Amino acid sequence: MEERRRPILEMHNITKEFYGNRVLSDVNFTLEEGEIVGLVGENGAGKSTLMNILFGMDIIEQTGGFKGKMVVNGKSVNYHSSFDAINDGIGMVHQEFSLLPDFTVQENILLNREPLNHSFVSEVFGPRLNTLNRSLMREISNKAIAKLNVEIHSSTVVGSMPVGHKQFTEIARELSKDSIKILILDEPTAVLTEQEASILLDAIKKLAKQGISIIFISHRLQEVIDVCDTVVVMRDGKIVKNVSTENLSIDQIAKWMVGRDVQHNVIHRKFDYENSDIILSIENLWVDMPGETVKDVSLKLHQGEILGIGGLAGQGKLGIPNGAMGLFPAGGKIVFEGKELKLNNPRNFLDAKMAFVSEDRRGVGLLLDESLEWNIAFSAMQVNDKFLKPFFNGLIKWRDEKEIENIANKYIEALQIKCTGSRQKAKELSGGNQQKVCCAKAFALEPDLLFISEPTRGIDVGAKSLVLETLRQYNENSNTTIVMVSSELEELRSICDRIAIITDGRVAGILPAGSPSEEFGLLMVATDKSKKDSQI
Amino acid sequence: MNKVKEFIKSFGWPRIIISLFLLSLFIIAPFVGVSISTSLSDTIVRFGMNGVMVLAMVPMIQSGCGLNFGLPLGIIAGLLGGTMAIEFNFLGQSSFLMAIVFATPFALLLGYGYGKLLNKVKGSEMMIATYVGFSSVAFMCIMWLLLPYSHPTMVWGYAGKGLRTTISVEGFYLHTLSNFLKINIGDSFLFPTGMILFFILLSLLMWAFFHTKRGTAMTAVGSNAVFAKASGIDVDKTRTLSVMMSTWLGAVGILVYQQSFGFIQLYMGPFYMALPAVSAILIGGAAVNKASIVNVIVGTFLFQGILTMTPSVMNSMIHTDMSEVIRIVVSNGMILYALTRKSEATQ
Repeated sequence: MEERRRPILEMHNITKEFYGNRVLSDVNFTLEEGEIVGLVGENGAGKSTLMNILFGMDIIEQTGGFKGKMVVNGKSVNYHSSFDAINDGIGMVHQEFSLLPDFTVQENILLNREPLNHSFVSEVFGPRLNTLNRSLMREISNKAIAKLNVEIHSSTVVGSMPVGHKQFTEIARELSKDSIKILILDEPTAVLTEQEASILLDAIKKLAKQGISIIFISHRLQEVIDVCDTVVVMRDGKIVKNVSTENLSIDQIAKWMVGRDVQHNVIHRKFDYENSDIILSIENLWVDMPGETVKDVSLKLHQGEILGIGGLAGQGKLGIPNGAMGLFPAGGKIVFEGKELKLNNPRNFLDAKMAFVSEDRRGVGLLLDESLEWNIAFSAMQVNDKFLKPFFNGLIKWRDEKEIENIANKYIEALQIKCTGSRQKAKELSGGNQQKVCCAKAFALEPDLLFISEPTRGIDVGAKSLVLETLRQYNENSNTTIVMVSSELEELRSICDRIAIITDGRVAGILPAGSPSEEFGLLMVATDKSKKDSQI
Repeated sequence: MNKVKEFIKSFGWPRIIISLFLLSLFIIAPFVGVSISTSLSDTIVRFGMNGVMVLAMVPMIQSGCGLNFGLPLGIIAGLLGGTMAIEFNFLGQSSFLMAIVFATPFALLLGYGYGKLLNKVKGSEMMIATYVGFSSVAFMCIMWLLLPYSHPTMVWGYAGKGLRTTISVEGFYLHTLSNFLKINIGDSFLFPTGMILFFILLSLLMWAFFHTKRGTAMTAVGSNAVFAKASGIDVDKTRTLSVMMSTWLGAVGILVYQQSFGFIQLYMGPFYMALPAVSAILIGGAAVNKASIVNVIVGTFLFQGILTMTPSVMNSMIHTDMSEVIRIVVSNGMILYALTRKSEATQ
């Protein structure tokens, strides 16, 4: 660290309770001018809540406010709404996108702050009739985007862009504000590919040099070490460490986060897939999934293996499981256990004893308003007739609440789902725990083949290795074949036997997981040109 | 203290305030010369009359089809059943049973088509449902005149054909349920045991249905249709089933109403029947996609209680006969209030 800089933000003794649940206790935190602070912690450690307090989000006020003192730029503040925070130069990029999908990039960036043209009409009838100065809008947007070193057309409609670009657009929106002093980035790299992430990290460093203070929340610890000056580790609503990132190792941070040692088992197992039967063969599959189009994919899966599907965002890797399941229109031929599967009907997919954990937790994966019991047991109940008590010779199938409670508790324990009980509603859990519930739902189906999409998106280190380990264990104990789709290559390499890289809707190549990462990189990058061509 | 707080939270402030208001009406009543036993009896009778129609809201709400503003469609099936039972001259107790039997195929058929239609307009079900109700009433206004009914108690006397606007069910199913095991205390208190038992029976069946596999699937469809689809459920079929259930309950509901009220009201009769039922379940604490039997019972009791008590008490207090005006003001006021509460669920 260089000489002491002026503190721009101080938080003293911040305490917050949700429904009698203490999520933050006595948090003290200082941010200096031009400093990049990495905020890390497990899911539910209180990171997002702390940032919501700083940004004056409505949810804080609605749930009874917080205790403690906050000083921004030398003056004591208590924000009642995000507008106050924005006026003080605080910008936040949320985990969930807050963009208008039908608006263009420039309209999103300058929403409600558009430069205006004065005209005769507005002079007479008031400023509401000013027109937008589109050329100035484009200029401002382009300037903000340029700061990030990415190529995004400011007139593209946001809804049609890949997730990575949406994330950049959100950041550009914050950067376009002249008064910005503090920028909060809540897992900005979670949806980015490794390339995009490194572009973003460079941009962040550049911004810090210009005097903007940055709070960087991420589960990717290597990034935190690379980019941040100091790292703040949170655990169970408290700050347990606040140290400089110099000479810090991932293992050290991970240990602080979970309060125990985290094992990294990157042991590649020897699995002789070639000698085992083919359980699933996909031939010439096409899937019409917006943003993840699959054009022509053929794959063969061997009984008992874990196949990884990787590739850059928007290239179609997510389309494969979604199309096979029947959630998006698909064509081609899928033969499972010797029988051809009729496509475009989820029921056929499930009846064939396959299961799918969607990457879209909140939209597809969960019944947010129902209990964990329902979430975990529902699919198995409907597909396999489990957790039901038959009456009148099976004429009436009655829900077996006791069984449902048992199975829910079994998985809550096995996957260490943090909750107040099996009756808690799914929407009240944090993102990582919701993901575990999605896994539990699929496990309860006891499938022969499990498709799992982005199993660790937005999950912390502790939970991540737990989920991956659970998958591996599940694969070994019940001989379930697993297809895992993920944008994190390292994660795929740690548990898969083979990894297929999907580029431009086609299989670019399949390599054993032990191959050096450059080779995978080549498969992704080789078509990078064609990707750009097809986008422009 | 905590328990009290928890109870208030789970029961909800709006219901507590309405309950207190209803209670205060009962307290004021004897001082302004309104008999408590008559009022109480009236409230219970009205509760029984309307209960089943409020219950008809539940399946559609649970499956995500929203509030059943198309209740008149179910009521029309019930009217067809009732008039046919009379036409074929089933007398006394048997006529009620036969009315349900005749109404059932109509309810299922109309419900099926109504369900198919709602599947095509996902997202704006309630608006479409309202107009399904309205237009079916208009269509039946023609049919009541044209259908070849000939029973002398029902047709216009001077023409010998075409159904009258109001038909008495005396001699047919008048008070079939209400008089079953009825309890009289004094001369002004009457408890319609049979009618309440019938409501309880249907509520139990409904409760049981939502504990079965299909019922569970229905709730999941209402909660998150994509999730249900990804669990292998045929979302459209489940929704259609729920609409058929709602429509059939609407048909049975109107028959229960008639046997207590004493008359079949045709033509514009069903036109405004949906709103009180919708309001009752909303006041009971249901949300647009979540409703329980408790919501039905609490809501119907509060809505009908206020509707019975306010006009009679107010009327006696100001000594002029404007009970009808007050009744309209109160009932529409309650509907307005309920519709503004539409998204808040308590259970």
